Amino acid sequence: MSIDYSQKIPNNVNLSDDRTLQRALEHWQPAFLDWWRDMGPDGSHNFDVYLRTAVSVDPSGWAHFEHVKMPDYRWGIFLQPADAARRIHFGEHKGEAAWQEVPGEHRANLRRIIVTQGDTEPASVEQQRHLGMTAPSLYDLRNLFQVNVEEGRHLWAMVYLLHRHFGRDGREEAEALLGRRSGDEDNPRILGAFNERTPDWLSFFMFTYFTDRDGKFQLCALAESGFDPLARTTRFMLTEEAHHMFVGESGVSRVIQRTCEVMRERDLHDPADVRAAGVIDLETIQRYLNFHYSVTIDLFGADQSSNAATFYSAGLKGRFEEGKRDDDHLLKSDVYRILDVRDGKLAEREVPMLNALNEVLRDDYIKDSVGGVARWNKVIEKAGIPFRLTVPHKAFNRKIGTFANVHVSPTGEVLSEAAWQANMDKWLATDADRAFVASLMGRVTEPGRYANWIAPPAVGVNRQPVDFEYVRFN
Amino acid sequence: MGAPDIIKQHLIDPEICIRCNTCEDTCPIDAITHDDRNYVVKAEVCNGCNACLSPCPTGAIDNWRTMLRGQAYPIDAQLLWDELPPEVPLPEGEIDAIARIAEDSKMPAAAVQAVEASRHTSPKAPWSAAHPYVNLHGMRAPVTATVAGNYRLTADDASSDIHHLVLDFGNQFFPVLEGQAIGIVPPGTDASGKPHYIRMYSVASPRDGERPGYNNLALTVKRVDQDHDGLPVRGVASNFLCDLAKGDAVQVVGPFGNTFLMPNHREASVMMICTGTGSAPMRAMTERMRRNIANFDGRRLLFFGARNQRELPYFGPLLKLPKDFLDIHFAFSRDPEVPRRYVQDAIREAGAQVAVLLADPHGYVYICGLKGMEEGVLAAFADVCAAAGQSWPDLEATLRAEGRLHIETY
Repeated sequence: MSIDYSQKIPNNVNLSDDRTLQRALEHWQPAFLDWWRDMGPDGSHNFDVYLRTAVSVDPSGWAHFEHVKMPDYRWGIFLQPADAARRIHFGEHKGEAAWQEVPGEHRANLRRIIVTQGDTEPASVEQQRHLGMTAPSLYDLRNLFQVNVEEGRHLWAMVYLLHRHFGRDGREEAEALLGRRSGDEDNPRILGAFNERTPDWLSFFMFTYFTDRDGKFQLCALAESGFDPLARTTRFMLTEEAHHMFVGESGVSRVIQRTCEVMRERDLHDPADVRAAGVIDLETIQRYLNFHYSVTIDLFGADQSSNAATFYSAGLKGRFEEGKRDDDHLLKSDVYRILDVRDGKLAEREVPMLNALNEVLRDDYIKDSVGGVARWNKVIEKAGIPFRLTVPHKAFNRKIGTFANVHVSPTGEVLSEAAWQANMDKWLATDADRAFVASLMGRVTEPGRYANWIAPPAVGVNRQPVDFEYVRFN
Repeated sequence: MGAPDIIKQHLIDPEICIRCNTCEDTCPIDAITHDDRNYVVKAEVCNGCNACLSPCPTGAIDNWRTMLRGQAYPIDAQLLWDELPPEVPLPEGEIDAIARIAEDSKMPAAAVQAVEASRHTSPKAPWSAAHPYVNLHGMRAPVTATVAGNYRLTADDASSDIHHLVLDFGNQFFPVLEGQAIGIVPPGTDASGKPHYIRMYSVASPRDGERPGYNNLALTVKRVDQDHDGLPVRGVASNFLCDLAKGDAVQVVGPFGNTFLMPNHREASVMMICTGTGSAPMRAMTERMRRNIANFDGRRLLFFGARNQRELPYFGPLLKLPKDFLDIHFAFSRDPEVPRRYVQDAIREAGAQVAVLLADPHGYVYICGLKGMEEGVLAAFADVCAAAGQSWPDLEATLRAEGRLHIETY
């Protein structure tokens, strides 16, 4: 499908045939650009950045790389090509033709789902807006900016759905998406993790590994939706989301690799010595991991949720890989084992699966995120260092659901308040840890040079060398 | 495409891959699969269409190993990898065999997997190219075509047996453009019970059919009947195709290819350089222009290499074309009458014309044949440009950027 570049907004949704919608979006676009100037990457507007732009939805449409100024990035609206025969494949409407318009009875819920998803996109740009000042290389700076512009495009994608399908309410919600601010006391972003700070690059890599992976699972669940425009929009967003997880996985991996190199070369073991050598000790990396992992799994919501059941039964939001599962896709008589606290201990119990769908998605997420941690451990193992990163217990440091009111150690023991307070600093990144990591951050601008605390990447972007001038500062 | 027993095996680097599933989602023919540990490519399914390369966020997808076909890494082995195995050099005998085939300037038509695209080729089609359909039919849903004709093209006493095969698609939707390829699914399984590789063949007829107005297309197929050591071997797909009789059914997948396409604007001139069955896409383009000559004002220049004229497919019909329609330069490498000559020699001889076409903003270049020819042709371009006071590297960059340099070698 080709994209009409003569349009102000590149798209494959026949925008030019719908003047009302086009005008609404054209009105929103200046507001978006204002938001980008105020809240987008700090001080970056004049940089030429080697970015990948989606120009069409077929595989070859992904190969479009060039240096562009970010405010000129072509934020487009792309939907996966339609399948006219597509049917709803789960919930009570199973077997009916997928909806092309919003069914009245599900309007409020769908709008809520879209707004919640849409809110995370500008939020992460806001969280990351100062990171460009301390990028460890041009390569990393470029990756940060690529993540940022794609989050911007994802916002566009959600705003398109709001404008196209939700009338006045939708337009108001779209405006509100530009009004909230990450971490703002009066008008914060909707979800907790998106109001946390991303103060340094280790946080950024952990965020893109863990929190963008939450994005992947949410998008996968929405890509199953009976509301076809939502399914097709999110399906297309997944390809971009994959890049964000790559930035995270390879970023953490390169930090680990560099630490291990220095530890081995200088025969260092004590974390204090490792820090003195200017690299991040593995213990600190573990504490960052614990924090980001636990904050992120809260994003899946309460372990028992009637909303989740409603969304599923109504055909609005499926499970991860719904189409690949062989059950009845109604789940009315299925059960799921969730964790509970009983007599001061964690114990499993069976609940109706429909009410536990948040937990189902969380468990799928956990399985997926553990894989990358195992790959990080391979890097440590290869260096011959007897240390392994671990993923904490899923009840550790939770603020939402059954475990919000108990303290659980990373290995899964229920703790007293006193025991938690006494050990917290061993498990979660402390102010001192963050201050140390922040002390290493400083912008490296010479092509091919990488900060001391991180290894160069194995391959460059789009077959370019690692010393390519990924960003020109002008 | 390539020598019958050598493949470029497509592999994913497990150390770089982040298991995002994008490649598996993108692959039009389900050649990619995964388990909890790794994402892997099935060598017997992958046709090297490269649809998965651009969407991959990591670059892990872009790994290739030159392998003997029988020694391709099976997915069971790939699933256990923590890192890619080192590149193993091919045995001496095989290297000699490849060199000999390259020198032969004939395409062994039993195509195996399509190989990594040349780094010199344009990533995009000419601006005036028609929009191609690609991947309409994958492995799981091949389309059945019927043989409408099968003729031997080479002289009876020629050492190679090259066939002109016409496939009819009846009322099925299977549109192809000049320069696109299709995949043939040979029936049956190999000795180990696996389905045979799909073989890729460039279409040799124009978009409106081998016979105008019919839903058919032509292929140029060379029968492979010996291996690199001259020992008898039956090329699976080529023998299957060459032995087909009128009315037989053939399973087809595709179409493939969205860059090696012809320009359609009036001013466009084309330079076509090929050897052996690499002539198939050139025949398609030439025929398209011949049938619609009122719409094409540009020039057509053909450099065609073979061992001798008896081995050259379509030699007779080519001679009948008027010189002002097609300016043909043959190069015969094994003609007892004349000294050995390769396409790059012919290009140097016609240097002045070549330089003019390369510098023409409406000039388009197509190269198709064995991998060995690419380097020689590009070197000849550099010489020709230098003689004309032009810089080939600059010109090449422009040609590539404008979708005017297309290379398909195997």
